[in-house]
Amino acid sequence: MSTTNNMQIDLFREQILAAVKNKTPLSIEGGGTKSWYGNANSYTKLDTRPYAGILEYQPEELVITACAGTPLKEIEAVLAEKNQVLAFEPPHFGDTATFGGAIAAGLAGPGRISAGNLRDFVLGARILDGKGQDLSFGGKVMKNVAGYDVSRLLPGSMGTLSLLLEASVKVLPRPAATTTLRCQIPQEKALQVLNEWAGQPLPLTASCWIGKPGQDGELTIRLAGALAAVKAAIPLMNAAIDAVEVDPAVAQMFWADLREQRLAVFANLQDNDTLYRLALPAACGPLSLENTSGDIILEWHGQQRWIQAPSDDATFASLKAVAHTHGGHATRFKQGSHVDPSNQRFTLLSEQVHSTALEAVQARLRAAFDPAGVFATSRLP
Amino acid sequence: MIPMNMVTPPPELAAITALQSKLVSALRPILPEHALLWEPEDTIPYECDGLAAYRRMPLAVALPETEAQVAQILKVCFDMQVPIVPRGSGTGLSGGAMPISQGLVLSLAKLKKIISIDPFTRTAVVQPGVRNLAISEAVAHLGLYYAPDPSSQIACSIGGNVNENSGGVHCLKYGLTLHNVLKVRGILMSGEIVEFGSLAPDSPGLDLLAIVMGSEGMLAVVTEVTVKLIAKPKLARVIMASFDDIEKGADAVAAIIAAGIIPAGLEMMDKATTRAVEEFVHAGYDLEAETILLCESDGTPEEVAEEIERMTKVLEQAGASGIQISQNEAERLKFWSGRKNAFPAAGRLAPDYYCMDGTIPRRNIGTLLRRIQGMEKKYGLACLNVFHAGDGNMHPLILFNGADQEEWHRAEEFGTEILEACVELDGTITGEHGVGIEKINSMCVQFGEGERESFWGVKAAFDPERLLNPDKAIPTLNRCAEYGRMRISGGNLPHPELERF
Ligand SMILES: Cc1cc2nc3c(=O)[nH]c(=O)nc-3n(C[C@H](O)[C@H](O)[C@H](O)COP(=O)(O)OP(=O)(O)OC[C@H]3O[C@@H](n4cnc5c(N)ncnc54)[C@H](O)[C@@H]3O)c2cc1C
Ligand SMILES: Cc1cc2nc3c(=O)[nH]c(=O)nc-3n(C[C@H](O)[C@H](O)[C@H](O)COP(=O)(O)OP(=O)(O)OC[C@H]3O[C@@H](n4cnc5c(N)ncnc54)[C@H](O)[C@@H]3O)c2cc1C
Repeated sequence: MSTTNNMQIDLFREQILAAVKNKTPLSIEGGGTKSWYGNANSYTKLDTRPYAGILEYQPEELVITACAGTPLKEIEAVLAEKNQVLAFEPPHFGDTATFGGAIAAGLAGPGRISAGNLRDFVLGARILDGKGQDLSFGGKVMKNVAGYDVSRLLPGSMGTLSLLLEASVKVLPRPAATTTLRCQIPQEKALQVLNEWAGQPLPLTASCWIGKPGQDGELTIRLAGALAAVKAAIPLMNAAIDAVEVDPAVAQMFWADLREQRLAVFANLQDNDTLYRLALPAACGPLSLENTSGDIILEWHGQQRWIQAPSDDATFASLKAVAHTHGGHATRFKQGSHVDPSNQRFTLLSEQVHSTALEAVQARLRAAFDPAGVFATSRLP
Repeated sequence: MIPMNMVTPPPELAAITALQSKLVSALRPILPEHALLWEPEDTIPYECDGLAAYRRMPLAVALPETEAQVAQILKVCFDMQVPIVPRGSGTGLSGGAMPISQGLVLSLAKLKKIISIDPFTRTAVVQPGVRNLAISEAVAHLGLYYAPDPSSQIACSIGGNVNENSGGVHCLKYGLTLHNVLKVRGILMSGEIVEFGSLAPDSPGLDLLAIVMGSEGMLAVVTEVTVKLIAKPKLARVIMASFDDIEKGADAVAAIIAAGIIPAGLEMMDKATTRAVEEFVHAGYDLEAETILLCESDGTPEEVAEEIERMTKVLEQAGASGIQISQNEAERLKFWSGRKNAFPAAGRLAPDYYCMDGTIPRRNIGTLLRRIQGMEKKYGLACLNVFHAGDGNMHPLILFNGADQEEWHRAEEFGTEILEACVELDGTITGEHGVGIEKINSMCVQFGEGERESFWGVKAAFDPERLLNPDKAIPTLNRCAEYGRMRISGGNLPHPELERF
């Protein structure tokens, strides 16, 4: 560990201890590319970017260890040189996205449906807790069950648990072959074939359907894996959907734009509207939603759905209810510019079946890592 | 296996008997007669799990048949402040399910219903006592299976798997229990029913499912598990490669991964193991090889053909002295038979063996194996090495004679030194068997005071009264101080006759 790094950790610690003393929460921020995500706050910022750099990368170990402030694109570039990738395809939402921010936000891109969650790839973490203690959990190896798996609590914690200093994540080889297919079919049919294929040994690694309920929409699917497997799958799938192959460069752009929400369908968010995210169990059919505007977008074989609708509490409540009936939950993912920033963005634990008692567990967990409430920004309730 | 040499004399017999009758009368109204055991002849089968060196008699054993009974039992124990040790099939290898002498063993073995199977959503909902292999058997006709396959899969329970975050030969490609479980229903020590995770791709709040995975029965009693099922690969083939040098074999492991291949399984056996198993299974192993790699590919026939070809090339380049590729399913199983039977084969070489479990980065496999050779000389005991090379999870089997107390202590010291070497080589003291009671001292080597204090914080968040399996996995600060002193005094444990906590 270099002295500059140690000095930076000391600076972080001083900032945390000062916050403890003054009873002023700190809002941890990397590139600030996801500042619109999660509950808003206006606490003092703790900027992670001075703590940057890749600490260790050994391609044959399939592990990269980096400081939280490292730009995500730097990490992806280094991996690309060795033909490896972050298989969960984290969204950047901007050029300055950091490694730490990606982990704390816990978001995953199109590859999630086959590769798994961001959390599934985290192997270890080094943190500063709310007392300024420098702690390490997990490690750099694939299998490790020593002690509680604290490093996997951090993904999705939105900076409400501790300051992430460093993390080790598992990386994977880039698939040997990738092909994207596209066709026009209604939502119901898309959901049906996607779930049927998901139960078969096919190299289906991403899917997206965009359209309006009851009408044909555009289904795009990605096959990736061994060349032979991809080739063999195409005729098999075409027996059900009759698709065309998309030009590889266009396809690559499409998946990146989907992940970054740069597709036109995401772009027309009205000022009073919110982009809602629905997380749903596998094989959930079409939902009857009122009040929505624009096209709906289905990813992860329908397990992640994006819809645009008014921001008011009644609409959020009804979307939560719909998601809930199907065993999922809803989030106010991104709000239009005229919307009250103090809106609660997430489904609460107490709104879930058999989860009320977990609110107390969660509160005690936070208190264990952060007794003075330095990180209690409520960005994640 | 390991000798029984650490039977604890019960502390205060009278007090214990009084507590026992109080507990039994409180539990009687909840459970049918046959589901509550307290006579020594009935509870003796529960005095240890798969690690027989550590054993202790519990106050009583409860065998509930419904989730409601589990919740009621927890409430009773909570009110009486009686600690509980949850137990699945008792195959754990770190003493995680070893009883507490003033506590109750809560066996989940009778909760063994497969509640539902849904081929379209590729999920199954099962009770905690369902055996790992029973899940795959129940869904085989649908072309699906449950991927994590610990070697104990015919016996171990899914509840135990969740609490150990168990892995197996195939977890290099298909992940651990963590990656294959969507939702866990459990009961907190306070008796409240809760659900961790969700059928959706994520769930609200902090990811509490992640922390419950591998929590060794210390955070909640698991009463229902929703597992992910995946499509059974159409074909699997295995390459058996011999190397005349251990280091070359270890480098070949790294070379395969570096070539961008993730085999379905990548296992290694050293010469001593090969010789031991060959005598047992007659699989035709190369007895001259210093080490043998088993390298499996699965998928569509096209994929497998392509991958086998690529792996063969890498293995040849890495200097394999011999390569055999399974030509059919029977041959594939034959190649695997030695790996799968390594434990019983070890059992034929010595009266007892002690199975260690640590993980190191793949690049350090050769180094650790060489160090173990040195330790064999130092402790005067032989050690077989057969392990999950693909993910660096080592399982040295130390051979010893348990009838000889002194030899068992040497074996224990040998094991501890291996774990310390794993930590030194950037690894961990346990890859899949858990800390339990066995490795609680080694936790003091891997973690500092701050981390251990955080672990206690996690424990307290779920179980503030510390009643759920409280003496396992997380050492107290006192204990580590004591252990530190013990280590300094020349590696000889003071009071070897005492149970170590
Ligand atoms: C021959 C052999 C080979 C093995 N191979 C492997 C292997 O390849 N990979 C591997 O990972 N492990 C292996 N193991 C270890 C062991 O089988 C696993 O750890 C397994 O997951 C334990 O399951 P069990 O049901 O027997 O749990 P138990 O031994 O009964 O309990 C294990 C732990 O889980 C807790 N627990 C059990 N059920 C519950 C529940 N319902 N709620 C709360 N807590 C609970 C217990 O308190 C204990 O801490 C092997 C063991 C043997 C004997
Ligand atoms: C081997 C060992 C394991 C321990 N494990 C735990 C643990 O898991 N959880 C925990 O909270 N504390 C544990 N302790 C610490 C200790 O039992 C308690 O912290 C005690 O309440 C305070 O001990 P002390 O440091 O004040 O020493 P003292 O109480 O003055 O004396 C400790 C001495 O008594 C003996 N002893 C103490 N406790 C035990 C025991 N449980 N079994 C056998 N011998 C014992 C040992 O010889 C030790 O040297 C352990 C201690 C020892 C020696």
